[in-house]
Amino acid sequence: MSMAPAQKINTPARRRIDLQVVGPIVALIALVLIGMALNSNFLSYANITNVLARSSFIGIIAVGMTFVITAGGLDLSVGSMAAFVAGLMILVMNLLTDRLGVTLPVIFAGVALALIAGLVAGLINGLLITRVGIEAFIVTLGTMGIYRSLITWLADGGTLSLGFEMRELYRPVYYGGIAGISWPILAFVAVAIIGEIVMRHTAFGRHCAAIGSNERVARYSSIAVLRVRLATYVLLGLLVGFAVVMYVPRLGSASASTGLLWELEAIAAVIIGGTLLKGGFGRIWGTVVGVLILSLIGNILNLTDFVSPYLNGAIQGAVIILAVVLQRKGAADR
Amino acid sequence: MTDPILSLKGISKSFGPIEVLHDVDFELRPGEIHALIGENGAGKSTTMKILGGYIDATAGEVLWHGQPVRFLSSDEAEARGIVMIHQEFNLAEHLGVDQNVFLGREITRGWRLDHKAMRTRTAELLDRLECRVDPAARVSGLSVPAKQMVEIAKALSRDLRVLIMDEPTAVLTERECEILFRQIERLRAEGVAILYTSHKLSEVARLCDRVTVLRDGAMVRSAPVSDITEEEMAAAMVGRKLSDLYPAKAMPRDEVLLEVENLSVPGVVEGASLTLRRGEVLGLGGLVGSGRTELAEALAGLRPREGRVRLMGEDLPASDVRTALQRGLVYLTEDRKGAGLLLDKGLRENLTLPLLERFGGPLIDRRAEEAALDRAIEDFAIRAPDRTMRVGNLSGGNQQKLLLAKTLLSDPQVILIDEPTRGIDIGTKQQIYALIAGLAAEGRAILVISSEMPELIGLASRVLVMHAGRITGTLAGDDVTEGAIVRLAMGLDGNREGAAA
Repeated sequence: MSMAPAQKINTPARRRIDLQVVGPIVALIALVLIGMALNSNFLSYANITNVLARSSFIGIIAVGMTFVITAGGLDLSVGSMAAFVAGLMILVMNLLTDRLGVTLPVIFAGVALALIAGLVAGLINGLLITRVGIEAFIVTLGTMGIYRSLITWLADGGTLSLGFEMRELYRPVYYGGIAGISWPILAFVAVAIIGEIVMRHTAFGRHCAAIGSNERVARYSSIAVLRVRLATYVLLGLLVGFAVVMYVPRLGSASASTGLLWELEAIAAVIIGGTLLKGGFGRIWGTVVGVLILSLIGNILNLTDFVSPYLNGAIQGAVIILAVVLQRKGAADR
Repeated sequence: MTDPILSLKGISKSFGPIEVLHDVDFELRPGEIHALIGENGAGKSTTMKILGGYIDATAGEVLWHGQPVRFLSSDEAEARGIVMIHQEFNLAEHLGVDQNVFLGREITRGWRLDHKAMRTRTAELLDRLECRVDPAARVSGLSVPAKQMVEIAKALSRDLRVLIMDEPTAVLTERECEILFRQIERLRAEGVAILYTSHKLSEVARLCDRVTVLRDGAMVRSAPVSDITEEEMAAAMVGRKLSDLYPAKAMPRDEVLLEVENLSVPGVVEGASLTLRRGEVLGLGGLVGSGRTELAEALAGLRPREGRVRLMGEDLPASDVRTALQRGLVYLTEDRKGAGLLLDKGLRENLTLPLLERFGGPLIDRRAEEAALDRAIEDFAIRAPDRTMRVGNLSGGNQQKLLLAKTLLSDPQVILIDEPTRGIDIGTKQQIYALIAGLAAEGRAILVISSEMPELIGLASRVLVMHAGRITGTLAGDDVTEGAIVRLAMGLDGNREGAAA
């Protein structure tokens, strides 16, 4: 009986890994076909642009989340963090508008602030996890509550809005673009491509996978485990800031409900894409596919009156569970 | 002579393509202590596991009172009174002694546990073993020999017929060994059949009635202890002259590469000093838990330390693995699977992990990595059916070779090797010994930590021995003998430090 596992390995494992690679893509193609069959408007330029642009925020965050999860961590705070950073950005931009008028420097200052605030928020999470040694789940559960509460307080329970003229100036960052492709989509694509390269072809990506796979082996292989792990949270925070930069011009406001449940959607996209929740293996393109699957489900439900759009969450939930079941089968060849 | 209670007839066992036991016959008789000895990897633990019902033989028969039986699990064997005590104890650390003794077979009154009855029974059993442990005490707080007594009490609590003990004295002091021997002798008098394994031949001669020697998976000798001397046992175990297995030793040169002064790791190592010269293989012996691994890990920057370490004339900062590696000092872990290799990754990823910056930046040059893997496979004779396979599916020997290749990739000058051949077949051992000697001949300095005394004697020109966190002595030349190492490892001989250290 103990010789069995030694022999099982080669052939079936291969086929299963292939299935794991193909699985999310097949699901995505199936969704596109279903969408096409149900509604002729599905493939229209307006609809596709709308879906992609709206999924770009979560997409950008999910790329960062892929690194965190691959290195064996988790971050529950990104949704609240995004709301808080957005609120902060709007407050400061409104203050600066009073002094500098409706000018580009105000936007630059706002963008810089969002990126720095995201980076610092990620740094705080990372330091608490790596230096103080608290579980990632606990730390980010705590900061999730803190940021959510802070944005509610900043907005005094209501909504923080960017000045009307400022909003007009900033608008093109979400609605404009080049060659008919809007900026958020381009930003998402750029982040995803860079992320894929970093994950697969740099020492940092390799180190993340090594730490998630076995932290002790990584430490014994002279990898600076704490620094790499810290870097994943900082990177995620920075990307949250970047997503906020693309998000604020869309509505020009932030409230207590901004970014609600983004963390769960980002984590779900990462898992659907084939990254292991326990760490050790991650792929960015899978995450991108995961993000698209989740937003297409919502879009198709909205376009058809087949199933109530209120059931969106139920279907997304089922997809997540199904993805993990398939993953488990793939990993069963231990 | 009584009839055997449990015996093996023509037993063979293969793991995949490798046959680890060939046609083994073995008998256990009531009231007899039967020693099973052999080198590591000779097949002792496989034999014991087959007897204990943990694994199935590939060919041959297991006989119970002369009748063929097949145990589907160890539980089935235990139901017949066959109990195996593992080297790593099988105790629930957070439960009490009595709860452990009756774990899974709790005494009940109706649907409630009868705590009082279990505690009383446990006290009786411990009394029988002259063991003064409170039945209500938590196992986690017990000493190692006390835990062993709890294991034996647990065995006694059922109708014990056959007791299989896997190196019970490996973790005991001499005094504790004596107590254990008395218990074993008492069990023999009660008619229990006992299988006893140990690396210490003097124990076998003192305690056992019969001895069977395994070598490379085959039974080479079985005789009453009175008919065989310790030297004959050793010769039968090794089966070849040591010179066949170990290459010629390199001559140490004068240049000192590593100088350690008064190194301490709080709680585990105290005041260790040593020097390591170019071209030298220095052995480090001692019992498991004597602080050998901790000493080496502290040197490599994997543990905080106090004291001074000079590498090639310059001070080496503490707790800095990276700097140690860059300056030419590396440590090869004893824990291949837990700290050495990423079992779910491929060979290439594992090989280059510590040195990715040498393979291009910012992007990794995969072709250079493949070339490095080609070289490693060639230089270290790694046999992998498929280059992309997960390392966890390689055999232990090939994993060890890959770990060596990984550790040596940075071309280090000082190499600390912890248990270089644990769990490895004899052929690969020989290759690794030749490799170590070759590294020394090239002018590198090597520290070999080993629990296998022939390995220390065969490889090292000088041997340091640790006991309870201190270096208790240095042996060189003809003084390096098993007896001398054991005495120092047990902390028996006075300090012989200073001579060569």
